[in-house]
Amino acid sequence: MKKLLILGAGTAGTMVANKMIHHLDLLEWDITIVDQDETHYYQPGFLFIPFGIYGPNDVIKPKRNYIPAGVNLIMSPIEQIEPEKNRVRLAKDSRYLEYDYLVIATGTRPVPEETPGLEGPGWGDTIHEFYTHSGAVTLAKRLRYWDGGRLVVNIMEMPFKCPVAPLEFVFLADWWFHEQGLRDKVDITFVTPLPGAFTKPRAGALLGDILERKNVHLVTDFYAEGVDQDAKVLRSYDENEVPYDMLVTIPVNMGAEMIAQSGLGDELNHVPVDKHTFVHADYDNIFALGDAAALPTSKAGSVAHFAVETWTENFLRYIDGLEMTHQFDGHANCYIESGFGKGILIDFNYDVEPLPGKFPLPGVGPFSLLQESEMNHWGKMMFRWMYWNILLKGKEMPITSQMSMAGKWN
Amino acid sequence: MTSREIAGKTIEFDEDGFLANPQDWDKDVAQELAHEVGIDELTASHWQVIEFSRSDFDERGEAPTLRRLKVAAGVPTKDLYELFPKKPAKKIAYVSGLGKPHGCI
Ligand SMILES: Cc1cc2nc3c(=O)[nH]c(=O)nc-3n(C[C@H](O)[C@H](O)[C@H](O)COP(=O)(O)OP(=O)(O)OC[C@H]3O[C@@H](n4cnc5c(N)ncnc54)[C@H](O)[C@@H]3O)c2cc1C
Repeated sequence: MKKLLILGAGTAGTMVANKMIHHLDLLEWDITIVDQDETHYYQPGFLFIPFGIYGPNDVIKPKRNYIPAGVNLIMSPIEQIEPEKNRVRLAKDSRYLEYDYLVIATGTRPVPEETPGLEGPGWGDTIHEFYTHSGAVTLAKRLRYWDGGRLVVNIMEMPFKCPVAPLEFVFLADWWFHEQGLRDKVDITFVTPLPGAFTKPRAGALLGDILERKNVHLVTDFYAEGVDQDAKVLRSYDENEVPYDMLVTIPVNMGAEMIAQSGLGDELNHVPVDKHTFVHADYDNIFALGDAAALPTSKAGSVAHFAVETWTENFLRYIDGLEMTHQFDGHANCYIESGFGKGILIDFNYDVEPLPGKFPLPGVGPFSLLQESEMNHWGKMMFRWMYWNILLKGKEMPITSQMSMAGKWN
Repeated sequence: MTSREIAGKTIEFDEDGFLANPQDWDKDVAQELAHEVGIDELTASHWQVIEFSRSDFDERGEAPTLRRLKVAAGVPTKDLYELFPKKPAKKIAYVSGLGKPHGCI
């Protein structure tokens, strides 16, 4: 029996399990997946919780429901990978699992303790985050009773998952405070270490214009050193300060601690892999997929989906001793909620930045690229259904994994 | 692509204004590039950062981020801001003769 071991049953790991059960013969293969948490979170839904659009229960389902019969599911924290011995140690019963092929899909997570002064008495009161279920739920409660002041949204470090989420949060906050009749009492500031609103220049310019139209202040090139909770300021390494009454932060995002323990990661515990084939730089039977991988593209569910599609084709060749001929191009496709029932859609890859056009049918749509529309907002809301029913189950999506230039203009 | 005379050599720059070919770089070039971004004198501390950045680039194909310089080279971020004021990540890549860092694309 050959052993395929998948670490992490989040978006990427679950998709891999569903693809593999379809392709591999269980008389020859033993497929095992490990995760420490019984609950699968629909993380894109965390964005909507602070504003009461989704409730705490609208974004969770049991992981078990999504792991196909025939795949062994083990619930346990993973403690260490021993790549020289082709085995993984679990916390539960200090058990070892051996593998022939290993897929690391343990994602990335917010680590507030990386930033001095961020945790402490103000955490959960004047300082919040919405990248975890509990953080988003706490913020929802706090926002309901907030009577206004300086709201600061900041990004601590690059890269972080879903690079558009902080901007979407700001757009929704602008809309939500309008709805509450509070907008004139709230001063909103968006603080980023980047030189503009977004990593890619054209999308950055468009998003910057929208911020201006919504009367959101933009502070760029601000690399935060820490938070002074007594003075209520966010401080940068070059000694600039941004005062806040409420700080909503995107903490430093890091891969699982066990990646560092195993000596397999970079300085943020993300795993360096080949950007076209996902093979680990040092071990040719280890792959990293989804947010766990250190790749020069967005960390997003859509990217994980395209990555898993390409990886599947390659892996099936690889185990037959053939060359991996399918090249992942870094394709990302993100709906950006822009408030007041509208959204923007961006589609890009390693080499081509987001361009305007129609999607997915060239010239037809129904979605508009790099432009606000109501249809794009519905795309974003439909994504939850797609996620649970199509994406996770590894079914075909009406979008190719390689980016297409059809229907786009320069 | 443009080219300019730096330290007696004709050197090509990419569309972002960074050195197009890292192998065109030498210590005299670095000194002159440093002047252009407002650093008068490259000290031993500057060179430590530059040398780490160049060898890291050889290994990984990209200029290091500030966090990487902190974790892998052991240079505190505060010091990087003192050595290469205002935009350290960019200035380090520029003076080291490397392309624009990914973190700021
Ligand atoms: C607020 C927010 C909004 C987002 N919006 C969007 C969006 O609109 N569109 C989009 O495409 N993407 C969005 N994303 C990103 C998307 O959710 C992630 O990119 C995606 O879930 C990544 O999948 P993954 O499998 O790599 O990681 P995850 O889904 O995070 O899964 C990792 C799994 O590994 C497990 N794990 C980790 N360490 C261990 C360990 N040591 N032992 C055992 N188990 C472990 C975890 O329990 C988890 O189940 C958003 C994310 C957030 C936070």
